[in-house]
Amino acid sequence: MATAAPVHAHAAPQGFIRKYIFSLDHKVIGLQYFFLALTAVFVGMFLSLLMRIHMIWPTQVWPIIGEIKPETYLSLLTMHGTIMVFFVLTTAPQGGFGNYMLPIQIGAPDMAFPVLNMLSFWTTFVGFIVLLSAFFVAGGAPLHGWTGYPPLSAVPSAGPGEGLGADLWITSIAIFCIASLMGALNFITTTLDLRAKGMTMMRMPLTCWSWFITAILGLLAFGVLLSAGILLLLDRNLGTSFYVPLIVVNGVVMAHKGGSPLLWQHLFWFFGHPEVYIAILPGMGVASQVLSTFSRKPIFGYKAMVYAMLAIGFFGFMVWGHHMFMSGMSPYSAFAFSILTMCIGVPSAIKTFNWLGTMWRGRIRFQTPMLYAIGFVSLFVSGGLSGPFLAQPVLDIQLHDTYFVVGHFHLIMGVAAIFGIFAATYYWFPKMFGRMMNETLGRIHFFITLAGTYAIFMPMHYLGLAGQTRRYSQFTEVAYQAKLIPLQTFMTYAAIITIAAQFIFVFNLFWSMFKGPKASDNPWEATTLEWTTTTPPPHDNFGGRTPVVNHGPYEYGVPGAPRDYVMQTDPVTSTAH
Amino acid sequence: MGLALLLLIWLITLTSTYFFAAKTWWLPVGASAAAPWIDHQFALTFVLMGIIFLAAQLGLGYIVWRYSAKPSSPPVAYTHGNTKLEIVWTALTAILFIGLTLMGGNVWASQRWDPPENGAVKVEVTGMQFAWYFRYPGPDGTYGATSPKLIDPSSGGEGAVGLNPSDPSSKDDVVTGTMYLPVNREVDLSLRSIDVIHSFFVPSLRFKQDAVPGLNIHMHLKPTAIGDYEIACAELCGLGHYKMHGMVHVVSQEDFDKWLAAREAEKQ
Repeated sequence: MATAAPVHAHAAPQGFIRKYIFSLDHKVIGLQYFFLALTAVFVGMFLSLLMRIHMIWPTQVWPIIGEIKPETYLSLLTMHGTIMVFFVLTTAPQGGFGNYMLPIQIGAPDMAFPVLNMLSFWTTFVGFIVLLSAFFVAGGAPLHGWTGYPPLSAVPSAGPGEGLGADLWITSIAIFCIASLMGALNFITTTLDLRAKGMTMMRMPLTCWSWFITAILGLLAFGVLLSAGILLLLDRNLGTSFYVPLIVVNGVVMAHKGGSPLLWQHLFWFFGHPEVYIAILPGMGVASQVLSTFSRKPIFGYKAMVYAMLAIGFFGFMVWGHHMFMSGMSPYSAFAFSILTMCIGVPSAIKTFNWLGTMWRGRIRFQTPMLYAIGFVSLFVSGGLSGPFLAQPVLDIQLHDTYFVVGHFHLIMGVAAIFGIFAATYYWFPKMFGRMMNETLGRIHFFITLAGTYAIFMPMHYLGLAGQTRRYSQFTEVAYQAKLIPLQTFMTYAAIITIAAQFIFVFNLFWSMFKGPKASDNPWEATTLEWTTTTPPPHDNFGGRTPVVNHGPYEYGVPGAPRDYVMQTDPVTSTAH
Repeated sequence: MGLALLLLIWLITLTSTYFFAAKTWWLPVGASAAAPWIDHQFALTFVLMGIIFLAAQLGLGYIVWRYSAKPSSPPVAYTHGNTKLEIVWTALTAILFIGLTLMGGNVWASQRWDPPENGAVKVEVTGMQFAWYFRYPGPDGTYGATSPKLIDPSSGGEGAVGLNPSDPSSKDDVVTGTMYLPVNREVDLSLRSIDVIHSFFVPSLRFKQDAVPGLNIHMHLKPTAIGDYEIACAELCGLGHYKMHGMVHVVSQEDFDKWLAAREAEKQ
């Protein structure tokens, strides 16, 4: 374990541009990622609002946006998925909070490669702009969904938006992959090389473990997606046939031969499944941190939590085929993928048991971060338990590509991950901005959001069982689906209310940034290193000191200790670990 | 606050469970030989996952209420976990989850590993933006040749699937826009697509399979109840995806023979 070498230190910049725009400071870059994700999440949420109102009032002409056509609906869903998965669920937990907190939590002055860090943010930013630009080109944004299955995504004549819009979409994802690879390298190196004296791997907060494992997943997954995307661009623009066999679109024989549409699915999901864990692992880390802190109790089974995350990461790379049970892939391999997928349920269950075990016989304080961590556990359970349905190929026959799947992944990697982000925001806001967020607004926001998300996503499971296929812009064409419209209407109203409630959060965020009560250095009475430094932390994080770590990360309620928590840097005692 | 959380979590849990248990929205009535097996596996999974769901969520609600910090709360249990417990719940979950998959494995194998029974009715399903076509090989039992160059979606029927009229075995091929199947007979399906990926989904028959361009995917099923069943495309295939709809009419063997003979007669 190396202490931070002086070579990493850089003086605090003075000019505005070097300080806030092209900053090398991981804290500023973390905030840049955070605000990029905040912008993206509101764009993505607005698109989902348009989708929900279109499904219920398909012919309504709206002010400004006009009528939403079926192809517009498909563009909205493509962009919603892409923005949310890449620019929110990957960007906020890892790029945002990981960047800001990882170096501080391990006692380092900055990330290992500050310039690379700056580059990875600005590359991500360019990717986002390129993605949004797809809305404004001829033909509009692509309609092939966030999974972009060829031949639909490979042939410009296959639908509106499959021209320049689709090229921009692929380019944006390729740019994002490059940015994420840079970020992943930085996170891994920082974790391995820059830990403070005494900060052994097994003394790292579980948040650091989650960012570290996420970075490893990112390093292995994004390279594959990048290659897959480049092949797709070649198919589209240079006449290759990696993914496209001999096909006839609108009566015209295409100039392709011999490609395999399934090749894309294998490559895409080889990335796509680990991506699910890239989105949710940091949420698991934050939930663990917050649950322990606010239960005033050590995390239950620290080692089991670490091994469970490692197991999830490991198995995460062996289950991509469960997205392809109905694709024409060999039914023999489906069976293997099914068993391996069920194996992932085991470490997930361990984590849930341990979270409950952490709260058990604790003294729970209900500040807003804790409410979101509890909500995270509830959503993780609900979203997780639909997994063993989808993991069985024989049940997937009925459920694949229905709303059951949409409900499943929204609960587990969508909203649960978002709850992780909310918990992180409410928890670290005092450290990042030096002020406290308003608790009353936080609670109102939490209760509406938890009830609202269940009201939106739980009915999707019922719809899926009844055979409601996903990605339908209207439900009137299929008789059995038309009967399900009342449930869809209910979900739309729930979505409108839940989306409206998010403005409470935004108001609280910006109001508290300037008007909230000043935060102390350790307002939650927490133990990890970020709470040992000033609020907000100085440029080099610890004001010239190098912290020395003597304890594990979650030493709460230690018998005989002077207060109910022992910080990681507190002197060695006989009772605390 | 603990009580408010308990009430909300319990309310969400019990409401969600009620609609599953009451089957307010549920699988359509099954009409194929595989349906009872699949539905049994569904029921089993629902019961097991339902128990875990209720235990975990109700437990979560209880714990946050029971262990709310009060001035009178006892000191917390200073514990870093319990290895024995970790091993027990790891083993139990592993056995439960993997066992569940193995139990469903037979149904999957019979559906997708085994070949169709002898004497199965042959039907070819072709997907295209945004319609389904069904081809019956006729008395010779052999599908005639097709060619991409002959495909003309606007012509419908034989032209849409690119049937080559100069091939002798194509003379008696019947191509229709609606699927007819005889009841209680095995059906040997070939699934094709001429443009993008589609997915042939008939909820009542518990059947779904993607139709992938470049592949000819063989599947089999056996309808067991006379009736009309809707087909919905389940793989995003373009702007008309939502209206790529079709019908399967399951009829008696007698009616099926009559229907097929009438189509053959029309063709001559």
